[in-house]
Amino acid sequence: MSQVHASPHALTSRTTSQIMGMVLLALTPATLAGFWQFGWGAFLFWCVCVFSCVFFEALCLRWAGKRALPVLWDGSAVLTGWLMAMSMPPWAPWWIGVLASACAIVLAKQVFGGLGCNLFNPAMVGRTLVLVSFPVQMTQWVSPQALAQGTDFAQAFSQIFLASGVPDAFTSASLLGHVKTELGRGVDMFDALRDFLPWASSINGARAGSLGETSALLILGGGLFLVAKRIIGLRIPIGFMLGLGVPALIANAVAPESFLPASTHILSGGAMLGAFFIATDYVTSPSAPAGQWAFALGCGLITWLIRTWGGYPEGVGFAVLIMNALTPLLDMWRPRIFGRSFTGKSLPARRVGSV
Amino acid sequence: MLTAVVSLAAISSGLGLALGYAARKLHVEGDARVEEVMAMLPAANCGQCGFPGCAGAAEAIVAGTASPTCCPPGGKVVAQTIADHLGIKLDDGGEAPRPTVAVIQEAICIGCTKCFRTCPSDAILGSTKQLHTILDEACTGCNQCEEKCPTGAISMIEVPETLGTWVMPKPVMVS
Amino acid sequence: MSSIVIPPLRKLLQRWGVHPDSHKFPACGLSIEQAGFPDLLTVPLSQHVGAAARPVVAVGDYVLRGQLIAEAGGNISAPVHAPTSGTVVAIAEAAMPHPSGLPDMAIHIKPDGRDEWVTLQTEHYPINLAGEEIARRVAAAGIVGMGGATFPSAVKLALGAKSKITTLILNGSECEPYLSCDDRLMQEHADGIIEGARLILKATGATRVLVGIEDNKPEAITAMKIAAKPFPEVGVAKVPSRYPMGADRQLIQTLTGIEAPADGRAADVGVVVHNVGTAYAVHRALRYGEPLTERVITVAGGAVREPRNLWARIGTPLSYLFERCGGLVSSPARVIVGGPMMGIGVPSFEAPVVKGASGALALTAAEVGEREPSACIRCSSCVSACPVGLMPLEMASLINANELGKADEIGLGDCLTCGACGFVCPSRIPLVQYFYHAKGELSAMNRDKKRLDNIKVLTDARSERIEREKREKAEMHARRKAERDRAAAEAAQKRNSETAS
Repeated sequence: MSQVHASPHALTSRTTSQIMGMVLLALTPATLAGFWQFGWGAFLFWCVCVFSCVFFEALCLRWAGKRALPVLWDGSAVLTGWLMAMSMPPWAPWWIGVLASACAIVLAKQVFGGLGCNLFNPAMVGRTLVLVSFPVQMTQWVSPQALAQGTDFAQAFSQIFLASGVPDAFTSASLLGHVKTELGRGVDMFDALRDFLPWASSINGARAGSLGETSALLILGGGLFLVAKRIIGLRIPIGFMLGLGVPALIANAVAPESFLPASTHILSGGAMLGAFFIATDYVTSPSAPAGQWAFALGCGLITWLIRTWGGYPEGVGFAVLIMNALTPLLDMWRPRIFGRSFTGKSLPARRVGSV
Repeated sequence: MLTAVVSLAAISSGLGLALGYAARKLHVEGDARVEEVMAMLPAANCGQCGFPGCAGAAEAIVAGTASPTCCPPGGKVVAQTIADHLGIKLDDGGEAPRPTVAVIQEAICIGCTKCFRTCPSDAILGSTKQLHTILDEACTGCNQCEEKCPTGAISMIEVPETLGTWVMPKPVMVS
Repeated sequence: MSSIVIPPLRKLLQRWGVHPDSHKFPACGLSIEQAGFPDLLTVPLSQHVGAAARPVVAVGDYVLRGQLIAEAGGNISAPVHAPTSGTVVAIAEAAMPHPSGLPDMAIHIKPDGRDEWVTLQTEHYPINLAGEEIARRVAAAGIVGMGGATFPSAVKLALGAKSKITTLILNGSECEPYLSCDDRLMQEHADGIIEGARLILKATGATRVLVGIEDNKPEAITAMKIAAKPFPEVGVAKVPSRYPMGADRQLIQTLTGIEAPADGRAADVGVVVHNVGTAYAVHRALRYGEPLTERVITVAGGAVREPRNLWARIGTPLSYLFERCGGLVSSPARVIVGGPMMGIGVPSFEAPVVKGASGALALTAAEVGEREPSACIRCSSCVSACPVGLMPLEMASLINANELGKADEIGLGDCLTCGACGFVCPSRIPLVQYFYHAKGELSAMNRDKKRLDNIKVLTDARSERIEREKREKAEMHARRKAERDRAAAEAAQKRNSETAS
């Protein structure tokens, strides 16, 4: 009792590992649905990402001379690997996963000082670096319809660990990729969208894409679970949707033949995963309400800009990284202090009237 | 080839001349910062820092050979002000020594006035052949009176910590 | 108007605060009992904000309960009275309810067991007294803010003279977990509290009383409503249970919708806030003439066998209170004076009950939930919890980097140290300790700066004086030399003329 004890003497029961655990739990339904859609290959690739992230985290901590186990237990490395697996082609070769994990953990996280110090979202750094470096492997999406004809574990294992690419028979374009290609060829939006039924497939997830792109509904469910548990706030998801949806709505109303409808924007690609799981990353998003709104609207808007005019069909990753860079700046936008104006001046005294 | 060598040589010699000229032209006689730091020190010239007077300490601090924390009477305030002014970062390693004040053992004091003629901050009251007392508020703890006292009546004591002066320690973060 | 409803929109718009587990049971269900007195009472001289009281008794004096033993030491100060009859055995340092564990001066009284009062001046209709007289008697009774702020109450009563007060808010929110002393007091002494409130109303010149009670205390609300019924100027309002609802400005905003300016006082918006315990003490001081010699204190925590509320004499050591409540079942991880959110973690069981001590808690490690702090994950829970709108994570990291000035610029001075941020932090970062440290360090630096500035004036004056003396001496020498020279020259001239003639 000789040590000085400062108040408060009551502390919440919630811990960092609990928060991370809750996020992992929220990701589970969508992930399981993805495994079911994409078979053993997806599961193996997911394992590669999660294990290599944990491995690199442990390696870095050992190098830094810290005790690895308590830090690994916080679950942040697992979450990074998991999110990365959910944002990459489910049948990508193993070395893509390992490379992305190395980039995410070593380059984006530990170099900055570990958990809480990184500027950029590690999962997105890992994913984006391999996307830029290996565009071919990173854009080979497998089609669930083709896979449904039957793949077994052995086949999946040899695909992920031995073969150099996915056989053409299995591949299919994702909605956003397909639309980008078709529009580039001069086909108008109505024809480009003919083969896709966005609403139905976004619910059951039966479409090509990464694990986190296919079943928007399950991702949304997981996200709402986090909101209900007060792990994440609603500002960033809503801001993201608005930033993406409002420009899409306007553009689509003006020229429906060349712009995707807002609903398709929100329900396809990584928008849902980005809004609820990627942009809401604590470390790399602003802490105060005003900054959070600006951050989320920016993420949504940049996503829409990249999807519409950029070279890549999907822009969530880039959008989040760009806004991550602005986070320190947005964090200077502090909340109004009680009894002060936004500029910090003491409020004028408004008198309480008598009854 | 030749053009490249000539042009690079011309550019580098031109820049070199410009730099040399600037160094001469803009040369500052003495460091203005010494004066500024000097103004921030208590100016008691007590010598506790180990330099001859506050001017010496100011020079050493500006030159980087002494830390802004070298002034015991100034304490944290002076150290922080100087560090902020010079853009140095203070390391918070080690507990700063507690400030001290002089006390006179009245039984031994002979009223020789040597101490109050020495005191740089007029913290000692009294006159010839009379008991001297020390104003705690004005005493810098510079130790000079203790050295001058012929009877050893003056000793330095640490200012005791009270509920009013206690400060909650900074949390120790393990990482 | 005995019942006031807070507009739902206002409730919705206030989003600050936290909801710690209340832990009010079982103490809040048991009636208040007399604690009795221990073998020795140590009554601190500094139990309030402001200057310490000056002892007016000597060692060996026999004192009666309620007798003045130390007078107010300044304009903002409060007198101290003997908590029971007995002998003053020492005026010396004793353990204090302070986190440092440093001792401070206290009057040690050995009770004689008779508990005899001094002659008290009772008043059947204190409400007929003039406002100034009420304030004078409150000051003489040594009443301070009983909610824990310990600001001398009489000073707050006199505020009415300076700025027009329209509303008295009676703080019965008791938002701290574990504590139920105000809850019990409102249930058992609602009439006294209402009378005290009306006396304060008269002294401040306000026209209405709003009693704010958190909705987790339905019995207290009912009791207060019944007691307030005959008085149209008293209204009782149910406020949402949320920590820190009991903070002055937050309660004012909840009840009136008005945000008091950060650099001003509550009085600037025409409001003065008093705790229900203070109102009850005012009632006793005016009606029965009793100075403040005892208070209700909640003795609770997982390590206490029989938690309950006690009337404890000022100066009773915590160890006695725990014994009185059946002793400790296990060695507590923390002993706290006050509530767990803002209370003082004391290093000794011997710390005495003071006027502002609302609780004596012995908490087990499991209750505290203390763990090793880990890295900040910037989850911003602290930002949403802060009732003032600060960014605790940013302030703490600045303080960690010794940038106290910058932390002050972004609002350290507005921090209430309410502990909401420290409570919600999933990384267990001791945020509030950072703020206490920085606040203490900054005020110490201010103090030192003033002292050094004084010293600098003295040293400058001295060197100037020495300079001047030197100059004067030199001038004198020069003058004398000139005189001598002139004299010599004259003499020479004389000699010359003599020789010439």
